[in-house]
Amino acid sequence: MTETSFDLLILGGGPGGYVAAIRASQLGMKTALVEREHLGGICLNWGCIPTKALLHTAEILHTAENAGEFGLDIKDVSFDIKKVVKRSRAVAGQLNAGVTHLLKKNKVTVFEGQGRLAGPGRVHVEKGGKAVAELTAKHIILATGARARTLPGMEPDGKLIWTYRHAMVPKTMPKSLLVVGSGAIGIEFASFYRTLGAEVTVVEVLDRVLPVEDEEISALAHKAFEAQGITLHVSTGVTELKTGKNNVTATLDKGGKKQSLTVDRVILAVGITGNVEDLGLEGTKVVVEKGHIKADQWSRTGEPGVYAIGDLTGPPWLAHKASHEGIVCVEHIAGIKGVHPLVKENIPGCTYCRPQVASVGLTERAARDQGHKVKVGRFPYMGNGKAIAMGESEGLIKTVFDAETGELLGAHMIGAEVTELIQGFAIARQCESTEAELMGTVFPHPTLSEMMHESVLDAFGQVIHF
Amino acid sequence: MPIDILMPALSPTMTEGKLAKWHKKQGDTVESGDVLAEIETDKAVMELEAVDEGTLGRILVAEGSEGVPVNQPIAQLLEEGEDESALGDVPTAPATPPPAPESPPPAAATPPPQQPQQSPAPAPPPPPTGGRVIASPLARRLASQAGLDLSMISGSGPRGRIVKADVEAAKGSPQARAALPATIAQGGETPYTEIPHSSMRKIIAERLTASMREAPHFYLTIECVIDRLLEARKRLNAQAENDESAPRLSVNDFLIRAAAIALGKVPAVNVSWTDTALRQYSRADVAVAVALDEGLVTPVIRDAGNKGLGVIAAEAKDLIARAREGTLPPEEFQGGTLTISNLGMFGISNFTAIINPPQACILAVGAGIKRPIVTNGAVDVATVMSCTMSVDHRAVDGATGAKFLAAFKALVEDPLTMLL
Repeated sequence: MTETSFDLLILGGGPGGYVAAIRASQLGMKTALVEREHLGGICLNWGCIPTKALLHTAEILHTAENAGEFGLDIKDVSFDIKKVVKRSRAVAGQLNAGVTHLLKKNKVTVFEGQGRLAGPGRVHVEKGGKAVAELTAKHIILATGARARTLPGMEPDGKLIWTYRHAMVPKTMPKSLLVVGSGAIGIEFASFYRTLGAEVTVVEVLDRVLPVEDEEISALAHKAFEAQGITLHVSTGVTELKTGKNNVTATLDKGGKKQSLTVDRVILAVGITGNVEDLGLEGTKVVVEKGHIKADQWSRTGEPGVYAIGDLTGPPWLAHKASHEGIVCVEHIAGIKGVHPLVKENIPGCTYCRPQVASVGLTERAARDQGHKVKVGRFPYMGNGKAIAMGESEGLIKTVFDAETGELLGAHMIGAEVTELIQGFAIARQCESTEAELMGTVFPHPTLSEMMHESVLDAFGQVIHF
Repeated sequence: MPIDILMPALSPTMTEGKLAKWHKKQGDTVESGDVLAEIETDKAVMELEAVDEGTLGRILVAEGSEGVPVNQPIAQLLEEGEDESALGDVPTAPATPPPAPESPPPAAATPPPQQPQQSPAPAPPPPPTGGRVIASPLARRLASQAGLDLSMISGSGPRGRIVKADVEAAKGSPQARAALPATIAQGGETPYTEIPHSSMRKIIAERLTASMREAPHFYLTIECVIDRLLEARKRLNAQAENDESAPRLSVNDFLIRAAAIALGKVPAVNVSWTDTALRQYSRADVAVAVALDEGLVTPVIRDAGNKGLGVIAAEAKDLIARAREGTLPPEEFQGGTLTISNLGMFGISNFTAIINPPQACILAVGAGIKRPIVTNGAVDVATVMSCTMSVDHRAVDGATGAKFLAAFKALVEDPLTMLL
């Protein structure tokens, strides 16, 4: 008979839930996980991973189309969108199986179905409207994630108006595309479809693209996207989407100035909202605010024994944030000494558009707004040998230091491979490095990482190669 | 999360102590200010008061345990609403000796009910136990900018590392602040600054006070004519001009050798008083007082009687240089059977010194001063150096001390005899 009583029960098998489950199991807790759809969650099945597969295809295509620059002669470069999508799904499938295996290996009991709180320490699991299990646990972690936010009157239909989920599995290539929202999700799809040849327009209601990034990085990204032929409208809203037979007519509104635009498809990427419904929160002390569950530094909700982690609890909506929160939450439950809450400023963010964007910590403006006297370092890709050898001479690495203490407040990057570089500064922040340790670190030559060093040197007037 | 109650530091130099008595039992309710336990150091017994309130969840260090390092968790306090399951696994107590056999191990006595098995859980990080302060680079810089003493701050980072948050939390704490010189000006009083004692200052105060209190000092003064010594030094140093490897000799190098040879001739002075016996040294190790900005140290030239002047000069030069850099390891300034303190270079003609325990004698050397002296009924001019020896009367009597000084004077006044 299947066990129904656990030390820890987790609702949701995404990067928050399954990682928390494995850690809990490592700590000797009897752990179960309830998942309604796919282990690995959005990240692995409909987010981070399959989009990276698509974007890698786009990058190869871009390189092939520009092969002449590298002395190569590649003729008749073309692609088959069906095969591109098929590969992306296969990648997700492989990793999904991997998570299933990891949970099994760590002796986490997995229940398929929709879990719902049913009184203190109790969870009711249903599948297809039928009860499949009644479980009890001392601790319950809610990790049900989030989904695309929609705008009233502009509900996605999956045919003409897409969310990320539809945009990931196109049956045919749209000739023209409107992306609403220029956060990471919107910009990654804009970049993918533009590289594959679609006419892409991006609309952003705030005054710049990638609005959470440093202003200087946003401006460079804006320029790079425009150079690629993406049309960008900032400070612009979409007031109406009228669906035709095989196209959509959008009304754009820029400070009262209206403009209409007809495109094949629309991607809505206007943020996400937590999956707070049908969790049995009624009658509990769990507080839901603006579509997200309120949780403290240890992920505790208002209800004793109930915790919430990841996208469900609000931004930044990042898989690695969810995983880390899950681990902190579980270790705190286990009473492990020396566990520290997640520091938001130490969570790096990556956007896999072309050029890539990555950052950690405070933007220059945020640092100044918080009253820091700052020293800012900049180093352009143009000054780096490896970048030029790669044919990637556009980009910038920017560092922001506190002028008085030398604390690395933030790092902001745009250019080739920056998503793989940012962890260096994330480690520096986690270890509380000052400029002295970064300056004293030997960076290998020839690498893109040398620019990180140079940017730090520049902040203190010691840059060598520029 | 349960609050760890840590072994307190009852004095700035305390590194460990004894948990003399618990006043609370596991499960007792604790109010802020309640006496939790008695902590004993070699100097005092102090009561440990509770800062937070809650329930004493678990006692980690048993009554009677000695050598408990400062900052080691000794108990865990449960906050309101927490039960024993919140205690987690038992932090290891590396330096705690096993409790007395009659008292059962406290942690094992009450296994937390329904506690999940935690075999793979990594052991909690050992608390810092003195020595090197572990702190992040940023924490170090913030502490130095704020004038905080890192050794007074407890770290919450990995392996007890002091991180930014700890330094910021400590900014208001009087303990860490105490490291700062505080300017105090109260009504009518002359304004002053309080400079906290360095550990060197404390050791000097402790040892010399003990010496003055315990060793009955008497003083013997002798005058040495050092013209021949100066002449010999001049000639030897002139020779050394052509030999880069030969060190230049100082007057003090001659005195070190003379004292060591004299100790060999009058071994009754080469002694230490102990409560049970007189310790007779079989080797003459001469310590030399070296002034530093913050105090003084006495590096030792071992077996100086069997070392030539060149070796003594080279060793003394090296020891003094490293003493001033502060890089001298303790074994190079501890011990010694007699100390020479020379203030001649400051123009002091004579002075008395306090015996450097456990030695029995210290020789205070003044400046060589040209003075009229009477030789064979005629007045002559000579360079005279006054030496005053402070003697511990428990170990050495007046006549014995005088015999030593006579031997010393003979060597100094006729340096050729030092060759023998």
